[in-house]
Amino acid sequence: MDPFADTLQRLREAFVSGRTRPAKFRAAQLKGLSLFLQENKQLLQEALAQDLYKTAFHSEVSELILCQNQVDFALRNLHTWMKDEPGAKNLMTQLDSVFIRKEPFGLVLILSPWNYPLNLSLGPLVGALSAGNCVVLKPSEISKSTMKVLAKVLPRYLDQSCFAVVLGGPEETGRLLEHKFDYIFFTGSPRVGKIVMAAAAKHLTPVTLELGGKNPCYVDDNCDPQTVANRVAFFRCFNAGQTCVAPDYVLCSPEMQAQLVPALQSAITRFYGNDPQRSPDLGRIISQKHFQRLRGLLSCGRVVIGGQSDECDLYIAPTVLVDVKETEPVMQEEIFGPILPIVNVRSLDQAIDFINRREKPLALYAFSNSSQVGLDEVKQMLDRTSSGSFAGNQGFTFLTLTSLPFGGVGQSGMGRYHGKFSFDTFSHHRACLLSHPGLEMLNNIRYPPYSDFEQKLITWALGSHSCTLL
Amino acid sequence: MEREVQRVRAAFGSGRSRPLTFRRRQLEALRVMVQEREKDILAAIGADLSKSEFNAYSQEVITVLGEIDLMLEKLPEWAAAKPAQRNLLTMLDEAYIQPEPLGVVLIIGAWNYPFALIIQPLIGAIAAGNAVIIKPSEVSENTAKLLAKLLPQYLDQDLYAVVTGGVEETTELLKQRFDHILYTGNTTVGKIVMQAAAKHLTPVTLELGGKSPCYVDRDCDLDVACRRIAWGKFMNCGQTCIAPDYVLCEPSLQDLIVQKVQEAVKGFYGENVKESPDYERIVNLRHFKRIQSLLEGQKIAFGGEMDEATRYIAPTILTDVDPGTKVMQEEIFGPILPIVPVKNADEAIQFINEREKPLAFYVFSHNSKLIKRMIDGTSSGGVTGNDVIMHFTLSSLPFGGVGSSGMGAYHGKHSFDTFSHQRPCLLKTLKREGVNQLRYPPNSQSKVDWAKFFMLKRFNKERLCLLLLTLLGVLAAVLIKVVELLSLVENPEVQAN
Repeated sequence: MDPFADTLQRLREAFVSGRTRPAKFRAAQLKGLSLFLQENKQLLQEALAQDLYKTAFHSEVSELILCQNQVDFALRNLHTWMKDEPGAKNLMTQLDSVFIRKEPFGLVLILSPWNYPLNLSLGPLVGALSAGNCVVLKPSEISKSTMKVLAKVLPRYLDQSCFAVVLGGPEETGRLLEHKFDYIFFTGSPRVGKIVMAAAAKHLTPVTLELGGKNPCYVDDNCDPQTVANRVAFFRCFNAGQTCVAPDYVLCSPEMQAQLVPALQSAITRFYGNDPQRSPDLGRIISQKHFQRLRGLLSCGRVVIGGQSDECDLYIAPTVLVDVKETEPVMQEEIFGPILPIVNVRSLDQAIDFINRREKPLALYAFSNSSQVGLDEVKQMLDRTSSGSFAGNQGFTFLTLTSLPFGGVGQSGMGRYHGKFSFDTFSHHRACLLSHPGLEMLNNIRYPPYSDFEQKLITWALGSHSCTLL
Repeated sequence: MEREVQRVRAAFGSGRSRPLTFRRRQLEALRVMVQEREKDILAAIGADLSKSEFNAYSQEVITVLGEIDLMLEKLPEWAAAKPAQRNLLTMLDEAYIQPEPLGVVLIIGAWNYPFALIIQPLIGAIAAGNAVIIKPSEVSENTAKLLAKLLPQYLDQDLYAVVTGGVEETTELLKQRFDHILYTGNTTVGKIVMQAAAKHLTPVTLELGGKSPCYVDRDCDLDVACRRIAWGKFMNCGQTCIAPDYVLCEPSLQDLIVQKVQEAVKGFYGENVKESPDYERIVNLRHFKRIQSLLEGQKIAFGGEMDEATRYIAPTILTDVDPGTKVMQEEIFGPILPIVPVKNADEAIQFINEREKPLAFYVFSHNSKLIKRMIDGTSSGGVTGNDVIMHFTLSSLPFGGVGSSGMGAYHGKHSFDTFSHQRPCLLKTLKREGVNQLRYPPNSQSKVDWAKFFMLKRFNKERLCLLLLTLLGVLAAVLIKVVELLSLVENPEVQAN
């Protein structure tokens, strides 16, 4: 018994019928999303609080506002995005119509994770719907409460002949992936990313994989430790560290470390009080499995801040580790928790080497107090490394800019989205050339047989020097 | 194989391929190679596909030269960082997208345009600053050998390496890790390539194929249509991924089309096609036999002559073709043109949509509304209306497939983008920490409202000026008040008075 066959068949038929293609339909779907967010704010906040201990504020800034932003942006720009993009013509095609047509792929599968379960479901959904696709959304079963809202409430706001939520764990997802989709959008770990891509390969389905890695955070000697500590601590501990773009570990000199550690303690105390477990602004770990994993990491290196944990509460204290070795687990896997190891390097070059020896991360952070706009150390770090995104003297605020693409490179992922990039990701860019029906005389030159003269003429006309004309 | 890839990777790690001057020099060297060794290149292609020098030049070499020139001209512009629009939260920061090389790119070529299908992607990969491993198709042996000989003579030998061999060597190669793979070939191998890439999370561009349909409307210039279709179909003896694979038309048009295509063929290749220098041959015996078997049980309207010794297959048209027969089940890749009668355009659309998405779609009609309807009603990699093949020649258009005809695209800027990572960057200063206080815990509802304000509002210059003026006004008012208070504090006697 294939639990998905009927749903997928239904959605496919709906796509073939052409229902999702008119701008009006797509706009209605986006408006539906908007209404869903507005009318169910409390419900969603409660679900997020249950899943990840998120406060109303956190839910607003890290999920609801970002979703609303994406929906509004798409609604505002939908018509522009849908327009055919004109293409430059050459001499031979001057009288022709040349354009790139943006078309939906068809049936899209979105697999979303548990750490920002609303945002990472709706974000891609906005793109897929605005591009005119039918969508199957498979939210993470780990963030149970949000999953329930998405399954029960969200479909009511969308045309259910073109949208479905399917539920299940790894086994069901595996079975789902045996089916053919026209596009798959996956957010999650590199390990599962490989499985998704291998499954997609069987059907030649294009994919976007938003994965992860260890995001390095380089702190130069030349900077104000407290300012850096504020920014690093904030972005590390946000959502209890369960953010794919959170700074994963710090690279700095021993001298900077000596200043940074007390500054980090100061920041943590300021943000979460003397007993962070009582602060409403610090999240909790999503599950026992991840809690145990993180608790294990606490024994790496030496704890200088925090280190406490509470199994019943799935609480891990904001923790800073020093004297960590590269071979220890905390430096081998993406931490995804409120633990910050500090690794010592003696120079910018050493930091760059360290980073380049490892997999390309999703985000890279560099802190330096260069007074020039040039920001030398920051620029060097940027020029000599690679990562999905890069932020200088900042955390992951770049996520809020719809004008910047969000995605990974190498092990941290492939493809990108946000803003117009979402629309383009979920569209097939179809090259179109509509030739002028007449003027066949001009075309005679391309048909064989080719006399010597014609050969010379064609060679000249298409040749390099006149390519600038072309 | 592993050592070769590691060597190239180490060369990339040195950073040598990144400066624009270096990339430019390599592209110029490539250009010199194409010009200096033109004769050798044309001879190799000629040997592989029985192609005349002129055809080899106009079909492959010109394309490559045009691409190099375009890349050289546009490189500074395309490689430059692009500023991005900011919001209020980031208005004082630098936000931009920086294109970067991916690393080591693998290009696997095909045998039908053995030179262009290697060199054109190579140009994009070099321009984007990557190191490249080139694996030409072993089927087009002569070109493969030539590329293995020439490329190291003109390009940096550590950054760009040619690997030759057949299925075994390619399988070994695919076990290695690359940062992007561009494969041109068939669907079956495309899946194998993507599977191999999945193990390393390597992004891929797959230029595959399929059956590219060609709908001929009753309302069109049939002479022109048939001539163009014949040109595109029989070029390279039908061995073109975007050749019109089969024709769909109303039954009443069939005979006319046959007649006119036949006339066009005669005009192109003369009475004795076999003797025309402009008519190619099938690349090898395996494909020859494959195409031969497609004719079984078919109604041959004209053509059908074959010569195994020279792998010659005459331009052939089949009529009243049954969609269930073999010739309609696989990409023909040969000079056989089946005509499948359909009632009308709607039936044609349905016919096309029942099948895999093709690499190209062609429609001939005077009725632009019909053309629009057919484009809207179908999907394909690309489209040319009232002509065939030509969308390939415009570098402003992305060249690629969709569904089983492929994923990703290249040509021109699309090549550059395919082989780059577009890295978003946000640069802030460590100063003005005061402004950040808003976001740090402990949190409150007022902070939510502020957050909404800063994140949802777009950075609009006029509004910003207004906002700044307002803030200045407020600031001024506050300052005045403060000064007043201060003076009162300092001069209590004045207050008392």
